[in-house]
Amino acid sequence: MTQTAVPLPVDDLQGKEPGLRRKRIALVASKGTLDQAYPPLILASTAVSMGWEAGIYFTFYGLDILHKDRFEKLKVASLANPSGPIQLPNALGAIPGATAAATRVMRKWMSDARMPTVPEFLQMNRELGVEFFACATTMGVMGVEEKDLIEGSDIAGAAAFLDYAAEADISMFV
Amino acid sequence: MTEKTTDIPTTVEVTDLDCSGLLCPLPVYQAALVLNKLDDGAVLRLVTTDPGALRDIPAMAHQRGDTLVEVFEEDGKQVFVVQKGSSQ
Repeated sequence: MTQTAVPLPVDDLQGKEPGLRRKRIALVASKGTLDQAYPPLILASTAVSMGWEAGIYFTFYGLDILHKDRFEKLKVASLANPSGPIQLPNALGAIPGATAAATRVMRKWMSDARMPTVPEFLQMNRELGVEFFACATTMGVMGVEEKDLIEGSDIAGAAAFLDYAAEADISMFV
Repeated sequence: MTEKTTDIPTTVEVTDLDCSGLLCPLPVYQAALVLNKLDDGAVLRLVTTDPGALRDIPAMAHQRGDTLVEVFEEDGKQVFVVQKGSSQ
């Protein structure tokens, strides 16, 4: 397992009395759109800031968040997204350029609000020790190789993630 | 500048952090980066404008085992005085 974690200055109570060990959150990131990349990254960075352990299992389209060639190019769908940054009927949401326009607007929202980009959030998370699990099956199905993923990604299957999640206090699927 | 007096003795090291204009999770994240480097008993004076911080910073202190000494408003901003570690 790659260890890039910067240890937090809290007592390591793992394995000691129940209730005194560090809390843990286990997140699944299954979506590869710009808007849906943020929630797991925000929750994980908050958790480690509070001294918890946090791990994110990136699976299916969510694996794009760890993909070096894709994580800066995540998009917001203009089609079938009634709450999106530009609100278009589906017939217009499908026209060329609509997704790019919606993505531009969301990037501007985020930038104007001084929110970090997805790559910046990944860096913040990694520096505070969030574990990144890359779904091995997704890699096989979509032809993603280890060299395509950002540093610190641990390739893992469902059993390995569930083993991690079994010790978690909170689990969420995004 | 008028400083509001707190219960913290003046000999305690106080670190200032201004998170004005930043939204969740940044005030918590940046506060944690500072608190991680402080010694037990040292104090962080955190300024925020995110309305969510009124619940987030107390929650952060609770979860980390730090002590929220005081919260007050100053110049239309929220000021949190957080002492690292529990006061006991």
